[in-house]
Amino acid sequence: MVLVMVAVSMVWLLPAHTDEFTEEDLKRWEQEFMAVVDEGEKLFHSSKLGSNTVSCDQCHPNATNTHPETYPKFQKQIGKVVTLFEMINWCLQNPLEGKPLAADDPKMTALQAYMTYERRGVKLEPGKH
Amino acid sequence: MKKLNRRDFLKGAGSLVVAGALPVSLVKVAFGAGSAKQEFTFAHISDSHITHMGKNKFVRNWDRGLIRAIAEVNLMTPQPDFIIYGGDLAQLGKKEEIDHALELMSKVQSKVYYVMGEHDYYVDLGEYWESRLGPQWYSFDHKGVHFVVLNSILTYDNWTHKRWSKPMDRMLAMARLDNPEGSPFIVGKKQRDWLKKDLEKVSNDTPIIVCSHSPLQKIYKGWNFWTDDAEDVQALLKRFDKVTVVYGHVHQVQYNQIGNISFHAVMATAWPWPYPESYSQAPSYLPKLTVRMNRGDPFFERDATGWQFINVHTGNVDMHYQLSDNQNRSVVFNTKSGRPMDTKFQSAENQIPPQTHY
Repeated sequence: MVLVMVAVSMVWLLPAHTDEFTEEDLKRWEQEFMAVVDEGEKLFHSSKLGSNTVSCDQCHPNATNTHPETYPKFQKQIGKVVTLFEMINWCLQNPLEGKPLAADDPKMTALQAYMTYERRGVKLEPGKH
Repeated sequence: MKKLNRRDFLKGAGSLVVAGALPVSLVKVAFGAGSAKQEFTFAHISDSHITHMGKNKFVRNWDRGLIRAIAEVNLMTPQPDFIIYGGDLAQLGKKEEIDHALELMSKVQSKVYYVMGEHDYYVDLGEYWESRLGPQWYSFDHKGVHFVVLNSILTYDNWTHKRWSKPMDRMLAMARLDNPEGSPFIVGKKQRDWLKKDLEKVSNDTPIIVCSHSPLQKIYKGWNFWTDDAEDVQALLKRFDKVTVVYGHVHQVQYNQIGNISFHAVMATAWPWPYPESYSQAPSYLPKLTVRMNRGDPFFERDATGWQFINVHTGNVDMHYQLSDNQNRSVVFNTKSGRPMDTKFQSAENQIPPQTHY
């Protein structure tokens, strides 16, 4: 009986270990994130994202004036509060004359990762204009 | 924002009427008391970035910007004495782009003096541009003012000549404004020696106007809002009483005074650029004097773009920005303060929310 109880308690200990993470984990997660940021940087500067060779960085060098820290916010021309991906899609369809991306398209994730990374350290100001 | 009083309201109403009736806004403004002989107006168009998409297709948006500026300049009464084109006719220096841009420019009724931009240059180092438009740097005199046109978008030989297997790779690298592998602009020794010689015959009291593509001052290196040998060029201009530098490249309102030299940037016809301070990862040095242009609203294609006409009367420059979707602005040399100042927005209390960039 005692042996059984020890065995059970040891099984219970295992999940506790999975809650912890190591330096190696942190490194790997950062690498994963930065790989997506790098992919986003490429897309942001690509003449092939839209249909007319225009790229995001032509108006937004270093992703400036994209202001990820201000979303969601009211966009008067859309007439409602929108999130950043909706505004990215507006740009893809208008200045870039291209097709919109799904919210969970890896390209959309990468674009947002790059734009947000270039704005790192700036405080969140949802709704700001 | 301060509360409007009646006088402010009337001022605002006046500018609205002018902005609403296009040809009227371009009628030559009344000059102050000066030597009547020396008064003249020239127009300045810049940064059209005409982009070839393949076959006979060009990016519509950028075409429209240049077409509109030309149409508006042609409506000026009286016509400007001449036009300066401030550089970046093309996006990637392609023959198709330069040809198409010059075909659009052929509608202009006045003589045009062209300045070289980096987007015109880095495929063939200006060869095709030069074959269509002449030398990359030159000077001329007009009604007592000495004009100098510089190619300020050169860079160090190592970067230009030793890194690239294909000329288009070099062009693409320089065309990317935020490229960390880019290289700072220079005028270079050869051209500075030419400038020194060119200025030898010019007296100190002759007004000088220098037209360049990049700022001949240092604002933000990361986007080449910068010329590496700016101080060396400024030193050559130091002995003159009145010097003005007019430059393109930055796609935004900038103005400054350094010693005897006034600086004015011009708008692009293609698209606006954010101010460098809106890049939070690096320091930049926008002149404190500058009241910023309105933030561009992407939903209006021509917002925060435009062209300008420039009055030269007392030998200093009065810059009149003609802004497609914003109220026009005038940055005029103020003889009391000895620097260019916005006639409406210079004091903080007159500034408006869209002029805040972050």
